[in-house]
Amino acid sequence: MRVMVFVKATEDSEAGLTIDAETTAMFEAMGRFNEELIKAGIMMDGDGLRPSSDGKRVAFDGASRTVIDGPFAETRELVAGYWIWQVKDMAEAVEWVKRCPNPMKGPSEIEIRPFYEMADFEAALSPTAEAIHSRNAEAMAKS
Amino acid sequence: MFRIERARLIAGLARVVRDVGQAEELAQDALVSALADWPRSGIPTNPLAWLLAAGKRRAIDGFRRKEMLARKHAEIGRDLEDERDTQVEDLEAAMDDDIGDELLGLIFAACHPVLSAEQRAALTLRLIGGLSTEEIARAFLTSEPTVAQRIVRAKKALANAGLDFEVPRGAELQARLASVLAVIYLIFNEGYSATAGEDLIRPALCAEAQRLGRILAGLMPDEPEVLGLLALMEIQASRLNARTAPDGSPILLTDQNRARWDQLLIRRGLAALQRAEALGGANGPYALQAALAACHARARTAEDTDWPRIAGLYDTLAGVMPSPVVELNRAVAHSMAFGPETGLAMVEAIAEAPALRSYAPLPAVRGDMLFRAGRPEEARGYFEAAASLSQNAREREFLLGRAAAC
Repeated sequence: MRVMVFVKATEDSEAGLTIDAETTAMFEAMGRFNEELIKAGIMMDGDGLRPSSDGKRVAFDGASRTVIDGPFAETRELVAGYWIWQVKDMAEAVEWVKRCPNPMKGPSEIEIRPFYEMADFEAALSPTAEAIHSRNAEAMAKS
Repeated sequence: MFRIERARLIAGLARVVRDVGQAEELAQDALVSALADWPRSGIPTNPLAWLLAAGKRRAIDGFRRKEMLARKHAEIGRDLEDERDTQVEDLEAAMDDDIGDELLGLIFAACHPVLSAEQRAALTLRLIGGLSTEEIARAFLTSEPTVAQRIVRAKKALANAGLDFEVPRGAELQARLASVLAVIYLIFNEGYSATAGEDLIRPALCAEAQRLGRILAGLMPDEPEVLGLLALMEIQASRLNARTAPDGSPILLTDQNRARWDQLLIRRGLAALQRAEALGGANGPYALQAALAACHARARTAEDTDWPRIAGLYDTLAGVMPSPVVELNRAVAHSMAFGPETGLAMVEAIAEAPALRSYAPLPAVRGDMLFRAGRPEEARGYFEAAASLSQNAREREFLLGRAAAC
């Protein structure tokens, strides 16, 4: 199964990248952890995100669209980075996350979410929707 | 739990005791002691080192027990004791070695030529993939006792061969690597051939093989054929969701809904292929097959398929990996690139090959080419012949439908 693993933000990560000994050590530890993920054949993708102060949100309500500039308030619910892993089951994903070095200076959380499989969408897609998704995938393959 | 360390633990212990069966038991003991210990003391900083040390203690305990027994029986004194100490020291020294390629050594052992193809696949899934005997049996549509016996015999054969669990070097490496790649691809194809509605463990074999391929690519990052095989599997697996209709019937590559192709896997596959080619491996059998799969993956629609390039790749593949089936596919590619008459001439040249005598795709391909060449009367007979050779009810129905349309 494929899971997305979210590194949740903290006050520190929201403050932006500070280069100090602790950060350097964490990057080293994280590099070694990523190396283990690759060697184990489960790592598909992953990256880090800039603080939400660089981000924007668009709020929807009926026909209205309101753009909200970051930073966003609920720090602990924000995402600071992610991986995509291919694992046997959730238990394996949990085992790997337990081995991850703490990605933040203080207390932090990592969240694991399984992807929907194509079959989950089967009933939800009308032939029109299916055709549109098909076109989109073709366009994405082109880029 | 412990899927993370299990394979490397067995590998490390196998190198010391030189017996996979014993290494597996020692690893199990070590995992059990970790289960008792870790909840109290927390996960150690280096779990693998902890587990290896635990396994080592077990190995030495077992060794000493055996020696004690032998001593009681033989009542020899001083000499044996001296020898025992040296042997224990050797054992300890071997355990302290910094083991980097232990897992690779175990993979090569599990795919050793002294084993049959079935034994290699079962042992690789057991030792490296960590699948249970029951899971392997379900995956290969066979009984649990059969698989259990297959594994026991394989372990015995390895013990008798007196392996050192080292990674082979030089000329031997390439030959042994070919065997490893063949085992991984066999596991992949076993999963790929699973049909809709079957036990989910069978399609999961594809994921298992891809994982083995990625592990191997991590351990041998400069071997082009390892990357070629990985690329081939990633690209083929990208179509797993698109190749069957809701009723379970197969969908031809050209008719598949490309929206269902997994773009993440395609990207990974293309990247692996690029690395294989950059390492000078463009003409390896797996890299060539991956390049063929990549031609389809790159085409946004079936009409965009670069058939002349596919035809050229098949020309090369036919030289590297000659077989009547490759020739047949080559003929199809040429017919798509340069017209049905070109393809027909090539098919006629191989039509008498004994390997293709009862091969349904041969008359099916011939029927299709004749039909496209505007010769429906001749096409009909070939479609009917193909239908009578087909083992698959749905495929038979499809071929008879084509015969009727001629």
